[in-house]
Amino acid sequence: MIKHLLSAGDLSADQAGLVLDTAAELASLAGREVKKLPTLRGRTVVNLFYEDSTRTRTSFEVAAKRLSADVINFSAKGSSVSKGESLKDTAWTLQAMGADAVVVRHGASGAPYQLAKWLDGSVVNAGDGTHEHPTQALLDAYTMRSRLGRLAGLNVAIVGDVLHSRVARSNVLLLHTLGAKVTLVAPPTLLPIGVEAWPARTSYDLDSVLPDSDVVMMLRVQRERLSDGWKDSFFPSEREYARRYGLDAARVRRMPEHAIVMHPGPMIRGMEITAEVADSARSAIVEQVANGVSVRMAVLYLLLSGTNVGERA
Amino acid sequence: MAYPQTEREVSKIILSAPDISRTVDRIAHQILEKTEGARDAILLGIPTRGVPLARRLAARIHAFEEIIVPTGVLDVTLYRDDLSLRGARALGHTDIPAGGLDGKRVILVDDVLFSGRTVRAALDALQDLGRPRIVQLAVLVDRGHRELPIRADYVGKNIPTSLAENVRVRLAEVDGDDQVKILGGTA
Repeated sequence: MIKHLLSAGDLSADQAGLVLDTAAELASLAGREVKKLPTLRGRTVVNLFYEDSTRTRTSFEVAAKRLSADVINFSAKGSSVSKGESLKDTAWTLQAMGADAVVVRHGASGAPYQLAKWLDGSVVNAGDGTHEHPTQALLDAYTMRSRLGRLAGLNVAIVGDVLHSRVARSNVLLLHTLGAKVTLVAPPTLLPIGVEAWPARTSYDLDSVLPDSDVVMMLRVQRERLSDGWKDSFFPSEREYARRYGLDAARVRRMPEHAIVMHPGPMIRGMEITAEVADSARSAIVEQVANGVSVRMAVLYLLLSGTNVGERA
Repeated sequence: MAYPQTEREVSKIILSAPDISRTVDRIAHQILEKTEGARDAILLGIPTRGVPLARRLAARIHAFEEIIVPTGVLDVTLYRDDLSLRGARALGHTDIPAGGLDGKRVILVDDVLFSGRTVRAALDALQDLGRPRIVQLAVLVDRGHRELPIRADYVGKNIPTSLAENVRVRLAEVDGDDQVKILGGTA
């Protein structure tokens, strides 16, 4: 198994399959009276979050605690980081504390790669800028597999703000590895430069893609990344965006009977998805959150149980 | 079906297929004797080869006394103490019979008893699953070299070995045929 999880593209089909199978076994233990496992006892996992995130940080924290690891939450606000400490100095601090794994979310694309060079422990990318979010892609793949029974040959539409989405990039890389076919659907202004080189098709027209989709994954429009002066150049109005790229009940009826709806959260109801669709039986959005814990447990187990403490001294 | 052998490596068959089936029969009888007819008993196999052994024992007990003993699977990977030395292993599936373990007589089943560390992990795993009234251990082969104060209640065959040797159990359900042999060591 690899030492760090920085990009969904780092995983081979076999390695990704091992993560999903391990997550499935761990999920079957979630119903037990004693949910805690002793597997990572004595290991320290640091959550290093430079961007606000409740869901991902909590998910990693629950995952690490279920495996009996000690968890330290290190958020940028109110820490040495807000006093101006550099990433490298923070890395050295964590190193000195004996962190076996660092789960990092950072606003700058590539920050986890830098961190991996400075740290002896494992680094897990929990979202870096507009670049990648590999554990989200793994939990999405897990959710698709458990709902639809397979990944190979599935048609997956990823719809919305692809330009700012690390979820989209990680999903494209992982789903391609696992044999699914991805179509990115977005207005031309919200597709990144160089998207032709991604292993995915692109389309500007959601309605024509829906009838062939087994999975429709909606992305949040990342208003915080659309700076005020630029906002109007991405799309004319929220209403027009919702009309052309929002998922409502009428669009869901164009999808095949078995097709599911996903969203990485947080959702903006009424913008990219209507409440009716988000809360319907076709929606796998609540499962995605639950599956996130199992998948992150699998990642921590596979990355950490291989590292020998003695070797690192 | 001989394995290719290097000149210095020897392999010796310890139990043939008929030996294994006689041994399983004997353990099944011993379980019936020592447990008042397998009352409240559950056979939990430890993967990989403890699982088919547990099923065989249950089948033999049924054949002898028409008693149905529930069987299950107890994967101990997450409870091992050597994960940091040997690296991550793929997880097996744990399957506990309906009705749970509370108040039951749990008989752990494994193919080879060696250091005792697998059984230690199994005891820890059991603790998280329920509170059996009593826990026993049945093994096909005891090869010695214990590293923990653990012993088996039912032993198919004691095989004195050196640490350089390897005991290889083959069972039809997993390997296609039944055989126990010792590999390695010097002639």
